[in-house]
Amino acid sequence: MTLRTFGFNEFGFLLQALQWTIVLTVIALIGGGLLGFAVALARTSHVKAVRFAAGTYIQVIQGIPVLMILFLSYYGLSLAGLELPPLVAAGASMTIYASGYLAEIWRGCIQAVPKQQWEASESLAMTRLQQYRYVILPQAIRISLPPTVGFAVQVVKNTSITSIIGFVELARAGQLINNATFQPFRVFIAVAVLYFVVCYPLSQLSRWLERRLHAGSNR
Amino acid sequence: MPEVTVENVHKSFGALEVLKGVSLSVERGEVFALIGRSGSGKSTLLRCMNGLEKINSGRIEIAGHTLAGDAKALRSLRTDVGIVFQSYNLFPHLTVGENIMLAPRIVKGVAKADTLKIAREVLQLVGLSEKFDSYPDQLSGGQQQRVAIARSLAMRPKVMLFDEVTSALDPELTEEVLMVMEKLARDGMTMILVTHEMAFARRVATKTIFMHKGTIWEQGPSTELFANPQTPELRQFVKAEVR
Ligand SMILES: Nc1ncnc2c1ncn2[C@@H]1O[C@H](COP(=O)(O)OP(=O)(O)O)[C@@H](O)[C@H]1O
Ligand SMILES: [Mg+2]
Repeated sequence: MTLRTFGFNEFGFLLQALQWTIVLTVIALIGGGLLGFAVALARTSHVKAVRFAAGTYIQVIQGIPVLMILFLSYYGLSLAGLELPPLVAAGASMTIYASGYLAEIWRGCIQAVPKQQWEASESLAMTRLQQYRYVILPQAIRISLPPTVGFAVQVVKNTSITSIIGFVELARAGQLINNATFQPFRVFIAVAVLYFVVCYPLSQLSRWLERRLHAGSNR
Repeated sequence: MPEVTVENVHKSFGALEVLKGVSLSVERGEVFALIGRSGSGKSTLLRCMNGLEKINSGRIEIAGHTLAGDAKALRSLRTDVGIVFQSYNLFPHLTVGENIMLAPRIVKGVAKADTLKIAREVLQLVGLSEKFDSYPDQLSGGQQQRVAIARSLAMRPKVMLFDEVTSALDPELTEEVLMVMEKLARDGMTMILVTHEMAFARRVATKTIFMHKGTIWEQGPSTELFANPQTPELRQFVKAEVR
């Protein structure tokens, strides 16, 4: 095998892999968002058993490393006879991981809406569903924007863990190129820069949203 | 038949008994003032009347509904009983107009065009027609409180409950809110209001109730009650309030 140098083609390969990092992030945020939203609602339910189940789910997900979720969905399910393609296993485990954290973030946002808003809407004879739909969630969503965008940054970075099961996203692509070129410094600086280029604007957006929220306007 | 009947109502928070057998009855079009020291149970009594707090025993009938556990019946009761709080509690993400039109539309299914008409009418009543498109945080406290009253009125309630609605307001702003309430009283609304505005209670309330330690300590026609308090507790309270 001839040693290649880290050039345009190799960088192009990294860019392609970056697309998979983004795809995986989007899957995690959408899947984890839907699941996390349901769990967040369950966490604020009036029914104690539902609250408890949701709380347990959150604690379990947050209490185990993402890596274990990944191994469990990849090796665990393949032991059970289900051969998952790396993208599915990666997408599923990132979804589960994101759901546990988003649920907890959003629970906090729902509970950050003052209880007087519940009382006022309840006194206007709204059902609980109407209270969520028209009064509580619109306010909770506003509160949730900065931490949610902030969490998206964590997801982008944590997708690198799926390289372990052979899913070729940005980190895995970096490894592959390094194996071929053996120019680790160049390669991983390029990889780091690419992560930064994605994450930095998100972090800034999160901080900007945060400042806007603190500027006091409630709309 | 009275518009509001409260019969031997008991209410505890844990071991703390806050209402110790309260009874009262309000005829249609009457205005009742609830006065008393902080912690005497006034808010709790008011909140029991629209089911925000569950009573431990006793009976409450209001606007033709009997207060019971069933959620649907409770919502039906609440369409006929408005409540306004000390802290306005407008929905901050909605304009004044949207605040007012929301419940009539989604709860009572009133057509959009009609909710618009209702909103204009109740806003005019509280003197804030020009604020239809403003957001709550663009209004003064007094204006927000008048919008909160308008929002309640848009449901066409038969009974209105007010819990210290002017306590968070400066004196000038208090006046504009009290004027709206007085207008409502004159128009024949059945009202129960918790208040520290003794002059207002004396002038507007047909009857005043002095609560003390979770019971109705003394009650009577407002002018009489203030002119001639029977118990030392009320005498002391009136003296302290009307400095
Ligand atoms: N949700 C609650 N939980 C526990 N105690 C409460 C609650 N609401 C009110 N109380 C207590 O009940 C008593 C009466 O309160 P409240 O009805 O608010 O009095 P008032 O309106 O006359 O000031 C107070 O001692 C208060 O601390
Ligand atoms: Mg009170």
